[in-house]
Amino acid sequence: MELIFERSRPGRGSQILPPPDVPAAPIPAEHARKRAPRLPEIGESDLSRHYQALARRAFGVCDGFYPLGSCTMKYNPKLGEEMAALPGFTGIHPLQPAHTVKGCQLAMAQTEYALSRITGMDRFTLQPAAGAHGEFTGLLLIKAWHRSRGDEGRTVILVPDSAHGTNPASAAMAGFTVKNIPSTAEGLVDLEALRAACGPDTAGLMLTNPNTVGLFERDILEITKIVHDAGGLVYYDGANLNAIMGVARPGDMGFDVCHLNLHKTFATPHGGGGPGSGPVGCKEFLAPFLPGSALGGNGGEQSIGQVRAFHANFLVVVRALAYLMTLGNSGPAEAARGAVLNANYLKKKLEEAGYRSAFPGLCMHEFVLTLEGLKKEAGVSALDVAKAMLDAGIHPPTMYFPLIVHEALMFEPTETEAPETLDRAAEVLSEILRRAHEDPESLHAAPVSTVIGRPDETAAARHPVVRYVFPEG
Amino acid sequence: MGNFLPAAPAEREAQYAALGLSGPADLYRDVPEAVRLDGPLDLPAPKSELEVRRSMEALAGQNVRFSTILRGAGAYDHYIPAAVSRIAAKEEFVTAYTPYQAEISQGVLQSIFEFQTMICELTGLDAANASVYDGASAAAEAVAMCRDRKRTKAVVSGAAHPDVIATIQTYCFGSGMEVVLAPAREGRTDLTGLLDDGVACVYVQQPNFYGLLEDGAALADQAHAAGAKLIAGVNPATLGVLEAPGAWGADIAVGEGQPLGLPLSWGGPYLGFMAASQPLMRKLPGRIVGQTADAQGRRAFVLTMQAREQHIRREKASSNVCSNEALCALTASVYLSLMGPAGLMQVGEQCYAKAHYLADELCKLQGVKLRYPGPFFHEFVTDLPDPTDVLAGLEAKGILGGFPLKGGLLWCVTEKQTREELDRTVAIVKEVLGIWN
Ligand SMILES: Cc1ncc(COP(=O)(O)O)c(C=O)c1O
Repeated sequence: MELIFERSRPGRGSQILPPPDVPAAPIPAEHARKRAPRLPEIGESDLSRHYQALARRAFGVCDGFYPLGSCTMKYNPKLGEEMAALPGFTGIHPLQPAHTVKGCQLAMAQTEYALSRITGMDRFTLQPAAGAHGEFTGLLLIKAWHRSRGDEGRTVILVPDSAHGTNPASAAMAGFTVKNIPSTAEGLVDLEALRAACGPDTAGLMLTNPNTVGLFERDILEITKIVHDAGGLVYYDGANLNAIMGVARPGDMGFDVCHLNLHKTFATPHGGGGPGSGPVGCKEFLAPFLPGSALGGNGGEQSIGQVRAFHANFLVVVRALAYLMTLGNSGPAEAARGAVLNANYLKKKLEEAGYRSAFPGLCMHEFVLTLEGLKKEAGVSALDVAKAMLDAGIHPPTMYFPLIVHEALMFEPTETEAPETLDRAAEVLSEILRRAHEDPESLHAAPVSTVIGRPDETAAARHPVVRYVFPEG
Repeated sequence: MGNFLPAAPAEREAQYAALGLSGPADLYRDVPEAVRLDGPLDLPAPKSELEVRRSMEALAGQNVRFSTILRGAGAYDHYIPAAVSRIAAKEEFVTAYTPYQAEISQGVLQSIFEFQTMICELTGLDAANASVYDGASAAAEAVAMCRDRKRTKAVVSGAAHPDVIATIQTYCFGSGMEVVLAPAREGRTDLTGLLDDGVACVYVQQPNFYGLLEDGAALADQAHAAGAKLIAGVNPATLGVLEAPGAWGADIAVGEGQPLGLPLSWGGPYLGFMAASQPLMRKLPGRIVGQTADAQGRRAFVLTMQAREQHIRREKASSNVCSNEALCALTASVYLSLMGPAGLMQVGEQCYAKAHYLADELCKLQGVKLRYPGPFFHEFVTDLPDPTDVLAGLEAKGILGGFPLKGGLLWCVTEKQTREELDRTVAIVKEVLGIWN
């Protein structure tokens, strides 16, 4: 389809603003723009159709099953959208005086309270705008705490080799050196390796629990003790909280600081990549280091500063609060159980269909298949299977993550899917497996029903074209 | 109630049975007894949709909505055309995630490609990313892009937004880069004596925090003469009329995209945009969409240059950014497309003219004067004897006055305010200050 720039015609556009009602004032010549930006010139009717065409070429939770592992693509209740559109929220300037923003402050306080109850943490900041932003913030809390004690030599953050890429990347941004901790054959943290890695340079450990292969680290109390005994702190990557909210709390497991992803666990929509929200919770002793805002209210004397302007991705918080109110005291556990039940149900069906789980037995809210065997036998890769799913109208699972599993496909069905949706997905995947053996070529060619076939990614990276080039250059 | 599970209880029973499990407790065998909760959380009972709506509306009702907003300082009250929020609310955009599967995500990918193009056009630079969290974190990410082994200092204009300065400082607390604040002299950046061969970059804001127009080209020349990069923090709503940062020498341009169709929303979600010149393209953080083709030669868009990113490079990645502000970027694209070059120019011209009208009228009052000399855009600082009383007087009439700075106010006017509102404001200020005719 055409780019919006290709639909543009000189002189088209909409009259949005009235003529000026004050005397004209010329922009000083030395600051005035010499060449207008080539923005589209398009009428509202064509603009509307352009974006409708783009919407048709997108795939959301509204379009079908979206079991993208580690992303918790649950249904986003529509009430949240309406509440986030209330003019009493959208029309509020971030620097209004405190007595005029009581509702915003209460919404923040209520969200912080609920998240504290759910995680077992004492204090929260809602400032971070996403999970990775939360990781960075939480790691700076750890750094500031060690510094405040004169413990400058703690420069290493331990990260399991199964961890999400943002964990080591955040640690590096926070100025730490990353040391990888291998996983056992069962997919859990190797306690011996952890003990060996801990030492006087240990600043902390980052851990997802359940971890990224969908297993609960059953030695969690031992893990956090090992790190604490070595003088380090333990960071909880809350991306997988959906498995255990209302059932168990990271704060009770020995974690000192955590982030949550409101855009995963707390049902706020993912927006084609964002905005999200990554609140950070911590135990009381880390509270003095929490961020503040230069203009919007300062943190304490020992505050790490701030990681963005103003207070929070506030409208995302509003949506999450509506969800939290709906869940109340019992809903979190019901949702978590539903998520774990659905994951195990789908896992069993796929195993029965002939797929191999990377780790046998019960899983938490997600599970990982390994297609290594299929690749060897039939030359069909995880990518091929994922692309074949596209033709069946199902969003593929997360591919090639975690890195410790070869030919990985990671499924997270979430609690908001009905059993027949899982049954159908299992049938689709079963059929794909049959084709893998009988007609592997057809899988290499997939998808065939989408608006494009597999794009040439190598060419894209080698000769980057990252903007439209106008005919005149 | 209270969980959004579609399956009926009996259906869930059947699922348990299919797994050979007796119930929920069986699912959590691996969770040690010691950390398992044995009852409901210490929270109120679940609520129905109608009850939640009432509670949320009550919260919103506790905020004061000003009918006239003359405050900016990093968040700007522009007119948002009806089509913008309608189009951005399409469920397919709202409920999708990062377009990992290009074949079914061409719509999201193309929208980002178009956004990147518009940001390149506005900034006059070669490449833009798909967005980062907000303008402040964009500035901090840009500083990190400039670091190299020999150059580890960032010189940051003291006339930049305080939240942006603080965010850069926090990121540098992480990375170990040194931040040197360049003093503001008469409200404008002064780099004298600060640039040496340890300086990686200079960050300046245009217009700056006080609304003043900086001599961008001179600052860029000074930075370049010292071998440093120039990062420009720009307000995109000005770029229909103000010279593009790329044209006056910026190597990287960043900014807060909120003025492009995003509501004030008490500070977020907003939109951090970043653009860079060709040589710095591969140092940009976050998602970048590129154009390519499929086997049949059809134009296709994909996430590209991923070798920069955390999921590939882990601790060696250019940034940790994963989720971004894609829907806000789409909103900004719709806004820019609807306004077009002519509309964006009108926004800039009217912001400028109306701010100057208010400044002129205020300064006709005894005791009110502009704090800084020289050109400003749509924000300006007035010294005035009693800012607190002035703000209270305005608030009583539904007007949010300028942002209080020591002994003065930082005012902002956009295309949205009418002359009548501005005249009313001046009359109230006059009355509060007790000035007779
Ligand atoms: C385990 C894990 N940690 C961290 C993140 C980063 O979260 P965000 O994308 O919100 O920055 C993700 C995102 O997918 C994740 O799956």
